[in-house]
Amino acid sequence: MTEMTYRDALNAAMLQEMDRDDSVFLLGEEVAEYDGAYKVSRGMLERYGERRVVDAPISELGFAGLCVGAAMAGLRPVCEFMTFNFSFLALDQVINSAAKMLYMSNGQIPVPIVFRGPTGAALQLSAQHSQACEVYYAHAPGVKLVAPGTPADAKGLLAAAIRDDDPVAVMEGELLYNVRGEVPDGEHVVPLGVADLKRSGGDVSIITHGKMIHVALQAAGQLAHDGIEADVLDLRSLRPLDVDAILATVARTNRAVYLEEGWPFAGVGAQVASLIQQEAFDDLDAPVARVTQADVPMPYARNLEQLAKPGAKAVVEACRKVLYLA
Amino acid sequence: MSSARTEKGDAPGGVAAPAAQGGPGKGGIAGFSREELHGLLAEMLLYRRFEEKAEEAYAIGKIGGFCHLHIGQEALAAGAIGPLRSDDQVITAYREHTQAIAKGISPRAAMAELFGRADGCSGGRGGSMHLFDPSVGFYGGHGIVGGQIPLGAGLAWAIRYRGGDQICLCFMGDAAVNQGAFLESLNMSAIWRLPIIYVVENNGYGMGTAFPRVSVTEVESRSGACGIPAHTVDGQDVLECYRFFEALAEEVRGGDGPHFVNAVTYRFRGHSMSDPVAGTYRSRKEVESQTKERDPISLLRDRMFEAGLLTPEELQAHDNRAQELCADAVDFAGSSPTPDPATLHDHVYAEINDRGRLFLDGRDAERAATGGAAR
Repeated sequence: MTEMTYRDALNAAMLQEMDRDDSVFLLGEEVAEYDGAYKVSRGMLERYGERRVVDAPISELGFAGLCVGAAMAGLRPVCEFMTFNFSFLALDQVINSAAKMLYMSNGQIPVPIVFRGPTGAALQLSAQHSQACEVYYAHAPGVKLVAPGTPADAKGLLAAAIRDDDPVAVMEGELLYNVRGEVPDGEHVVPLGVADLKRSGGDVSIITHGKMIHVALQAAGQLAHDGIEADVLDLRSLRPLDVDAILATVARTNRAVYLEEGWPFAGVGAQVASLIQQEAFDDLDAPVARVTQADVPMPYARNLEQLAKPGAKAVVEACRKVLYLA
Repeated sequence: MSSARTEKGDAPGGVAAPAAQGGPGKGGIAGFSREELHGLLAEMLLYRRFEEKAEEAYAIGKIGGFCHLHIGQEALAAGAIGPLRSDDQVITAYREHTQAIAKGISPRAAMAELFGRADGCSGGRGGSMHLFDPSVGFYGGHGIVGGQIPLGAGLAWAIRYRGGDQICLCFMGDAAVNQGAFLESLNMSAIWRLPIIYVVENNGYGMGTAFPRVSVTEVESRSGACGIPAHTVDGQDVLECYRFFEALAEEVRGGDGPHFVNAVTYRFRGHSMSDPVAGTYRSRKEVESQTKERDPISLLRDRMFEAGLLTPEELQAHDNRAQELCADAVDFAGSSPTPDPATLHDHVYAEINDRGRLFLDGRDAERAATGGAAR
């Protein structure tokens, strides 16, 4: 184990995969000479040269489509979006090309591509740079999606995403890049579709993904002061979705709160709550609660931004509510 | 390379006015052997008859959805794809039946796909707009205007990445040059000198909108901003197209970077089977005049007649053969089974992960409950 930042863990995953497979290349804005807008690709141009580490023009639709085309020909592109906010320009190629190509071609043309970059809000970046993009991707059959919350998962999930034969969106967090943690040395791959119980409690289940695991753990710490022990289940992968792990924690606690950075309408929590009521109705002692961003575009002013973001306080309140303590 | 240029006419849609074709020689008929000429004529007749059969089948409900016919534009399937190597790649939009056949998909597999049958080249999952067979270098069949252009650049990227000497031919309609994907892809192709030829099948209309109504510049000028050489060819003259693309393919194969071709053609039918041939956006007279004077098959036929290289009996034999092949394709399609309902969820994912659910419509839950893998 080595302690490293989330940023360096992502870098390590790309080195691990590019060293073992020449068909993997990295393409995106500022990834080469500039070492990455968030320095995730630091040193990679020097290591692999400009054939495999490629600066793209600011043409999200174009370069995402080019990467999809390269994947159709059997290469394994890692297509970096400076943030997934910018990938809305590219969604035609993600949804209409990458997600549907294998199906439309009756299995003849797999698209083994990774789309990666940060999702969600950072600090005072305002409305257009601060939104959770998970559901736009996870909605489409044909796409897989992971959202690592720790450096170890960042390395392992990105490696698995690169090896997977389907389009995989790897959604990172701008505020996670400096987070430090222990990361296994050597080859490290975390399979898609396996959730991780980041904290074992037993009184209430906080289910979440990505950056929000840190908010969930903070809330769990506060609840513990009052003698309430929470499970914190990190889904890690939204598609495939580890339904068994969700049902297991709900069976143990009988109470669930879904925490996510995105908006409520058709959010990840809506999907998970639907699954729980369909498949674990008899286990529930309270309706599933949800904690999301306020249903507004992200405001700039610091005080309004804090109000809009889902925080530990809201999670604690939701947990107390499903425990009938509020 | 001498790019043949047509006179720009004032006809609606910026379509070049019918140019006098001259006699044998102008299109280089002498440069083609008798066998080659007969081959091209037979190919185009096959494409025409195929589309006519599709038209019939659509009219009686055998083919559903959208169905865009290539009738009138056959010279571009024969003349642009014909000179390619079998390992070269073609990607195109949704008016692609004949291009698919030109690249090597059988009329049977193409027609079965139009019928939505299991033996279709996309297993019935794609339909008219999504014919695929990468084993012959045909990468579809794409339904969003301009969506195939960055994909074509990606195919060419992969060729260059692997150090191959194949090329990619990327077709689009004239309307696609107004999409952002067009400019973005051409720019990247120029930066990275990708082995790709962009071919605009300029039939003058994006659905029912004449090109000059949506652009103040000509199609040919659109690649200049990216530094990509542009050419205009007479897309109704199969011999001109064939020689032009034959030479250009070798230049691009040799490392000349991307090229852009404005192939002036005309669509003899409506935008799709559900659209009128003429009406509010173009006159019946215009269509009739183009059909009469600019039919790529008639043009070649007449030149072969004039040169004494074709007899009426030979022509009839080619046509009979084309009609037989297409009738056989229809029979094949009609007798091919519909896709097995049990395959509905097949090929959504290439890799079914060991853990977690990929399908949220209840299918995985059902499988788990009945003892199958919890996928």
